[in-house]
Amino acid sequence: MTRLLVGPFNRVEGDLEVTLDIEAGRVTSAHVNAPMYRGFEQILQGKNPHDALVYVPRICGICSVSQSVASARALASLGGITMPPNGQHVTNVILATENLADHLTHFYLFFMPDFTRPVYAHQPWHAEAVQRFATQTGEQTRAAIAARQRWFTLLGTLAGKWPHTQSIEPGGSTRPIEVAERIRLLAKVREFRGFLERQLFAAPLEQITALSSEEALWAWHAQDPWRGDFRLFLSMVQDTALTRLGPGPGRYLSYGAYPQPQGGFELGDGVWHASTGALAPLDERGIREDATYAWLSDTAGPRHPVEGITLPDANKAEAYTWNKAPRLAGEVIETGAIARQLAAANPLVLDAVGRHGGTVYTRVLARLLELARVVPMMENWLQQLQPNEAYCVPTPAFTEGVGIGLSEAARGSLGHWVVASRGRIANYQIVAPTTWNFSPRDAAGTPGALEQALVGAPVQDGESTPVAVQHIVRSFDPCMVCTVH
Amino acid sequence: MEDSVKPDAAFNVLWLQSGGCGGCSMSLLCADTTDFHGQLRDAGIHLMWHPSLSLESGHELIAMLEDIVAGRLRLDALCIEGSLLRGPHNTGRFHVLAGTGIPMIHWVTLLAARARHVVAVGSCAAWGGVTAGGTNPTDACGLQYEDDRMGGLLGAEFRSASGLPVINIAGCPTHPGWVIDSLMALAAETFGVGDLDTLGRPRFYADQLVHHGCTRNEYYEYKASAEKPSDLGCMMENMGCKGTQVHADCNTRLWNGEGSCTRGGYACIACTEPGFQDPGHPFHETPKIAGIPIGLPTDMPKAWFVALASLSKSATPRRVKLNAVADHLVVAPVARKTRLK
Repeated sequence: MTRLLVGPFNRVEGDLEVTLDIEAGRVTSAHVNAPMYRGFEQILQGKNPHDALVYVPRICGICSVSQSVASARALASLGGITMPPNGQHVTNVILATENLADHLTHFYLFFMPDFTRPVYAHQPWHAEAVQRFATQTGEQTRAAIAARQRWFTLLGTLAGKWPHTQSIEPGGSTRPIEVAERIRLLAKVREFRGFLERQLFAAPLEQITALSSEEALWAWHAQDPWRGDFRLFLSMVQDTALTRLGPGPGRYLSYGAYPQPQGGFELGDGVWHASTGALAPLDERGIREDATYAWLSDTAGPRHPVEGITLPDANKAEAYTWNKAPRLAGEVIETGAIARQLAAANPLVLDAVGRHGGTVYTRVLARLLELARVVPMMENWLQQLQPNEAYCVPTPAFTEGVGIGLSEAARGSLGHWVVASRGRIANYQIVAPTTWNFSPRDAAGTPGALEQALVGAPVQDGESTPVAVQHIVRSFDPCMVCTVH
Repeated sequence: MEDSVKPDAAFNVLWLQSGGCGGCSMSLLCADTTDFHGQLRDAGIHLMWHPSLSLESGHELIAMLEDIVAGRLRLDALCIEGSLLRGPHNTGRFHVLAGTGIPMIHWVTLLAARARHVVAVGSCAAWGGVTAGGTNPTDACGLQYEDDRMGGLLGAEFRSASGLPVINIAGCPTHPGWVIDSLMALAAETFGVGDLDTLGRPRFYADQLVHHGCTRNEYYEYKASAEKPSDLGCMMENMGCKGTQVHADCNTRLWNGEGSCTRGGYACIACTEPGFQDPGHPFHETPKIAGIPIGLPTDMPKAWFVALASLSKSATPRRVKLNAVADHLVVAPVARKTRLK
């Protein structure tokens, strides 16, 4: 057996280290280390609860709005207030702008550059991959950065700036939209749709969302296998066995994305089990965070976030990460676009996961399909805005009680739990998507989702940073600054 | 397509992240250009390595860092994003750079000694920022400051090979234009010590106030004040806005197209200023004594402010008074039929 220490990983958000045990060219065991701790849960202690809206977006520069939305929901639940419909729609548009930008960034800047590596020089598409996706020089890389820059001008208008807006309030949005402004906003959404339809999909979004099975997907792919970046990716999937690479735990969590004023979500909530192929209802009370293998105090045992404790203990002998191990009803969970699309019963994702499981291929597929599916939703939400009606209800004083804010960030389920006492934060706990996906072992020794997914990954002779490991790690689109916070 | 600038002639930039959120990098990618990488390249800037924008991973990056530390590879600008985590007990173990077993604060110290310029990207790297908030559990600080006190990781006396102190491109996040303009000026050799303000910030943006260009200016003139989120009025009196005191050009340079904090309907929280993370009052409320805001506009004597505010409040037009506490225009400006004088 050989042991390989891999890191620093780039093209993930934040710093990441993975320790691999390797035998006969395969990973036999993996330990995932989130090597940075900042202590937001300690920093928030004693603050005015509303101040969380300044601090929490700054947990993460790429999921900033997601953190704001989860915090605003936690405070709304604490204060017992509900956003007016305009506020809900605008908040959804702001969150979707960030989530889709993150999917675009992941695909073009973080994930695809690995296919330009010399290890793939023998592949028929390698030269094409270099031309399109080489970091800094790739034609599509550069076009995607430009499209992303234009896309975020939506948030200049709707949220003042991105990242780190304070326009998202428990009671709605601080930035009312005039009727004339909506025309400009819709034009910007159409501009992004144009980029997706010309460059990424080379097809109308509605044609992509209508693909209802793997058979339909691959038939469409075969028509012109390198046309558009999505189909070129599918060609790579065929040639590099990504369909089997990096299988997850087979349990998928979504808190539900984009709540609607009349109730319910645009993309529903629940826990999808591969073993049954069915969606079970979510019970947040079943969440526990286990700090056995974190450099954090675990004397109180696994705890629900409302009673959670975050206290550094850098000298714990058995620990190997700053990340806690969250479990739902004792189980290891995967979260992300794949979980949202399963919970929302996307037929193509159900079919693909049914055949291959949660793998590098299906994770990236679900993310791209979500791009196609959510842009038309945004157009609809903007159309729903009612002129001269409220965008925000006043903020109450947050004095006593418990607030729970569950939301879906680009990378999956994000939860905030706040306890207020005498107008101050008595406890604030955050469980982020990559906290789940890149969880360490729990007290029972059960590895987290990535730790399981890496087992069996091929390691070629002489590889110090194995390319298969890089694909698997990046297929989760990890956000390490959210993971530990 | 190959890099059009030869690496030996180009201005070599290395960008590393530590105790921050990565938001300044994400903001950087929102730079107002149709070709982000082309713009840098055309300015002679070679991005040797950036966490989000480079192919090299793991051992490839470590080799590059070792080459710089050994003097085998020239480093023109070391850009650090995020605060420097000295804890626990000065070990730096709150951030050990992956794959190296070496605390990030040691890497930064070694690299800074080799860099021609050292750039703090964002308020975390400049002063400690949000990561140093509350009880500062990680003993976070900036490269050359700890809040407004000089020192930080590198010390008050530190000068990079160029002779400049750390260049503090403060902001939470930084505006992409502040970073790009600074790097371009450094690459063009047109940036000197006189271009820094007393806190080491580039004066091209730090000599402005957020108040300049604020679209709520008419409300400010009459002290017609917002009372709750989404109101259109001035946010200085009640909502915690510090734009009249804060150094930055946010309302003339604008963010993500047409944005700024005040245009987004929320207070300027002074994110370019040291210590902004712990103002000593709730961010969304203006601290007052006897009904008068403690934080007065920059360069304005208190007595004058009180006199002017009381006069302007009593002279507020009905239109301005009503619109200030509404979330849309309830009274439009009168349209005169004659030529305006």
